[in-house]
Amino acid sequence: MADDTGVEMPPDADADGAPVAEAPFVPDHPVLAALAERHPDVRWEERIPPAGPYQPIAHVERTDLVAFAASAKELGFETFIDLCGVDHLGGRPRFEVVVELLDMTDRLRLRIRVPVPGTDPVVPSLTPVYAGADFYERETWDLFGIDFEGHPELTRILLPDDWEGHPLRKDYSVGSVPVQFKGAHKAT
Amino acid sequence: MAGEVHNPGFLLASLEKVVNWARTRSMYPATFGLACCAIEMMGTGASHYDLSRFGMEVFRASPRQADLMIVAGRLSQKMAPVLRQVYDQMAEPKWVISMGACASTGGMFNNYALVQGVDEIVPVDMYVPGCPPGPQSLMHGILSLHEAIKSGEIRHGTGVI
Amino acid sequence: MSDTPHYPGGDRFAPTVEPPEEAVEVPTGADEFRRVHDMWVAGTEEPPWLAAATDEGAQELLPADVDPRVDAEEGSAVVDDYLERPDVSADELQIINMGPQHPSTHGVLRLHLELEGETIRRAKPIIGYLHTGMEKTAETLTYVQGATNVTRMDYLSPFHNELAYALVVEQLLGIEIPERAQAIRILMTELNRVASHLIWVATQGMDVGALSMMLYGWRERERILAFFEKVTGLRMNHNYIRVGGLAADLPDGWEDDVEEILEQVPKGIAEYEELLNENPIFLDRTVGVGIITPAECHAYGVTGPIARASGIEWDLRKAFPYSGIDRYEFDVPTGRHGDVYDRYLVRMDEMKQSFRIVRQILETIPSGDYRSDDRKVTPPPRLRIDQSMEALIHHFKIFTEGFKVPAGEAYQAVESPRGELGMYLVSNGGPKPWRLHVRTPSFAAVQALPAMLADSLIADVVATLASTDPVLGDVDR
Repeated sequence: MADDTGVEMPPDADADGAPVAEAPFVPDHPVLAALAERHPDVRWEERIPPAGPYQPIAHVERTDLVAFAASAKELGFETFIDLCGVDHLGGRPRFEVVVELLDMTDRLRLRIRVPVPGTDPVVPSLTPVYAGADFYERETWDLFGIDFEGHPELTRILLPDDWEGHPLRKDYSVGSVPVQFKGAHKAT
Repeated sequence: MAGEVHNPGFLLASLEKVVNWARTRSMYPATFGLACCAIEMMGTGASHYDLSRFGMEVFRASPRQADLMIVAGRLSQKMAPVLRQVYDQMAEPKWVISMGACASTGGMFNNYALVQGVDEIVPVDMYVPGCPPGPQSLMHGILSLHEAIKSGEIRHGTGVI
Repeated sequence: MSDTPHYPGGDRFAPTVEPPEEAVEVPTGADEFRRVHDMWVAGTEEPPWLAAATDEGAQELLPADVDPRVDAEEGSAVVDDYLERPDVSADELQIINMGPQHPSTHGVLRLHLELEGETIRRAKPIIGYLHTGMEKTAETLTYVQGATNVTRMDYLSPFHNELAYALVVEQLLGIEIPERAQAIRILMTELNRVASHLIWVATQGMDVGALSMMLYGWRERERILAFFEKVTGLRMNHNYIRVGGLAADLPDGWEDDVEEILEQVPKGIAEYEELLNENPIFLDRTVGVGIITPAECHAYGVTGPIARASGIEWDLRKAFPYSGIDRYEFDVPTGRHGDVYDRYLVRMDEMKQSFRIVRQILETIPSGDYRSDDRKVTPPPRLRIDQSMEALIHHFKIFTEGFKVPAGEAYQAVESPRGELGMYLVSNGGPKPWRLHVRTPSFAAVQALPAMLADSLIADVVATLASTDPVLGDVDR
């Protein structure tokens, strides 16, 4: 299925989906350090882009997601900013759920990346921790077909209820129709 | 159009012309603002461009009271049934202006989510180009529609003009 | 002598029957006034003494533990389907549908409202009626074309969309933007903030009955749009802020235009304040209406003027400055009560702060280039295309193939007039985004509407909705 669509593969989506790091990075910010201490299994990645704010990234397994988010909320990441899906078609694992949290007191952002296998796209719902995850999870379900286990009402949100398929998946076509130029001279 | 008879106080004209003239003088638009074009449509009705010069400043919320539907903006697949329902509720005679590139052809969004032109859903009398069309363009579209109505027949059925 | 019975003493307005001793005292003081006011404004509370004063028309009080807001804060009240309440009989409940074609829902928003009498018990926003598939379309457009796409999302603040998009791509590219281009970017976005807030005050005024506000707000906005049209060629959807800088420099004589805006528009805003600030009707329709607490703002991800009106001092321009906005002095206005009136005050103050920034830009704007000199993203100047074949090919390559952006992912947020507008970009190294997700402020605000609307009167729905300033193109994308 993945091969005949002809889309390019993301380069970093190799066999494990994880770039090789020499020494495990542990953030030195006190809030993040406390978070890392509570969840030792989480792999951290520091990202200081050429421009833009400091942005630590936590790679969390989906089984740990809710506990990790609950700890993050307890340690100060009170604001739920964003949740979205990414489809790395052809990569393993295929999907990824990206959560963006914000700590207003410490002016700190935290990005959580959760790998989701394409054969079993299920992630535990964050709604028990953050009420605001509700719409975002519904949107991700609607557009990617990633199931959020424990979500109170996982229904389509942007598309009509009787829609078939999940349009932001890479194997779903853009759905464009050929443009007609009525009355134009036919090219010979 | 009208000739004066010997007795002053009388005007003669064909019924068709009088009716069509009257229809263009109080054409109430239904509010069907969808996206960016709706902002320009509201701007056309507001103080600076002042659509009330043409007796059209009263945007009716109820389709039953409206003669003209200005489809202002991109029409999604989810909204399409609503558009048709609003159109069906409007009383005859009724006209449709398709405002902007998205309403007319789908515009730059040639994808799964948008209806590629509202003329797939309702008959359109006038297309106004632009992304979004400025208030001047919309007014030009409206006045062109007025001219077309005045020069046409009295119509009861739906359809172009 | 007449047959009229004789009433001994006193005037006829004095009560003939003394109230019983145990009658509830009418409390005085500001707190009680506030409660009575709340009852009239929000219809939520009925003080016990009022129920005891007369039994005519008295309503039964709700049990104290029925408070959806508390549950919402804890995150347990996101169940969207309608609950059967055992203590309320079914014929007192009704569900009404508002939208998607409704004059006051600010676009194609649809609300399901569950009413108990006149009071809203639950509200459920239904969105998606303007879903344009922009995130999918973004994957089919090159980075050069992408700005055309994103500018149509939040059509009241197109410059902010373009800025967020340009910044997130530049983050991955790692290119520096000249100071003049940065200043122009801030100039345009801050003027855009004023234009957006002007529309907001126009529609908010209209929705609570001040119809003339509709005309005044648009009058002032036209001045700013005329400037935008002069600079970019379009009144809306400008595609002016591009990756690597701007589409063009400011036209000659732009200082005079901005000067005129700085002179005329604040006059208009002063007029609105005179009209609305102490207008008793406006106060009655807005004070204490549509309250959202700071905790709810955090939980639902509500940012921008709504959060600031609740007392959260948070502005991305201060917290994570972008495009050199930390060079300018400005304040972040906040409110205390989190109601519609405080949101009005915050937005009015924000406009003044934006004018402060614009004034400073006018005085300090540096000369220089309006776009980066990085040949990778910047096409050659028009003149060189006529002279050199290489320049022509270079130009052609940028606009047909586009430029390649290094693989990686980045998130960049800007403070749009509605709050945090964030873009999350995943690049696979090609000339088109692998994934572009937009975190829109209106999406979060609409999500928080049930918390604001719970237990308020149906007459206040429109005022509350207008105060969140949702742009449905922003919600549905």
